[in-house]
Amino acid sequence: MADGIVTLAVVMAVTAAIGWWWLRRQGAVRTRPGTDARDWTDQGVLLGARATFVQLSAAVCAPCRATARVLGELANAHPGVTHRELDVDENLDLVRELSVLRTPTVLVLDPAGREVARMSGVVSRRQANEALGTVDHQMIDDGRTRT
Amino acid sequence: MTRTGTAQGTGLGIDPRGPRFGAGVTAALLAVVVLLGGSTAGLVLLAVVAAGFLLGTIRGAEGTWQGWVFRTLVRPRLAPSHELEDRRPPRFAQGVGLLVTGVGVGLGLSGVLVAVPIAAAVAFVAAALNAVVGLCLGCELYLLLRRLRPRSAGGGAQ
Repeated sequence: MADGIVTLAVVMAVTAAIGWWWLRRQGAVRTRPGTDARDWTDQGVLLGARATFVQLSAAVCAPCRATARVLGELANAHPGVTHRELDVDENLDLVRELSVLRTPTVLVLDPAGREVARMSGVVSRRQANEALGTVDHQMIDDGRTRT
Repeated sequence: MTRTGTAQGTGLGIDPRGPRFGAGVTAALLAVVVLLGGSTAGLVLLAVVAAGFLLGTIRGAEGTWQGWVFRTLVRPRLAPSHELEDRRPPRFAQGVGLLVTGVGVGLGLSGVLVAVPIAAAVAFVAAALNAVVGLCLGCELYLLLRRLRPRSAGGGAQ
C-alpha cells in the first residue's frame, strides 16, 4: 500500500504536467514561415480574398464542432474570410501530406493558398482573431519585400 | 461527405457533462486500483472498470452505470445543459479505455499481476484529463490510428 501511494502520487504529477502542457497548446497560433503555396481546388476550397481557414475534423471529435462555430462566425463577420471544414477520413492523403496528427487542426491560408499559420485543438474567438491578424501582417510584410 | 460551415452531428446529442462526470468517477476507481497494486483486489476492481468501458463501447457513454448515476442523481440537481453533444466522441474514448484496461485484466488473469496497476495508471491519466481539462481522446488518437493503417489501393475511396 505504501508503494501504491508513491506510485499514485507520481501518476498524478504526470497527469497534471500533461494537462498543463495540453491546455497551453489548445488552439495556439503557430506561424509557418516559408511554406509554399498549394493548389486547393481538389479539396473544393475557395480561397478568400483576405484569409482562408481550412479545418480538418473528425466525427469522434467534439471540439471540432465548437471550433467550426467560432470560425464560421469569423468568416461571416469579415468579408474576404472563408472557412472550409474537411473530414479527415475523406482527406487522408492531404492529412499525410500536411503532417496533421490530431483534430481539429486549422490551416490558416493567405489569398495565394500559402499556409501562414496553423492551430490545433479547440480554437477560441481570441485565437481565431489572432490568426487573422497573422495573415494580415504577412501580407503587409510581403508588400514591403516586393517594393 | 464533406461538411462545410456548421457541421452537425447525427441524431440527438447527450449532455456533455455526463461523460466528464463518468470519467471522474472512473478515474477515482482507477486511482484505487493503482493504490492496491498488483493484487487480486486490484485485478477485480480493474475488471469492474473494464466492464463499464465494455458497456460504454457498445451502448455509448450514457449507457454505462456512471451514465446512469449522472442521469438519476447528478443531472436533476444541475441547470439544464446549454447544448447537447454528439455521442460518438465519448463512445470512442470508452473503446480506448476498454482496450487499455482489457489488456491489464487479461495479463492479470494470466498471472502478470504487475500489469494491473500499470494499465490502471495509463487509463487514469486519460480519464482524469478528460474529467478535469476536457481532453478528448478521439481528437488525439483517432487520426493517429487512421494514419497507421496502410494506404488502401486505388485511392482509398469509401
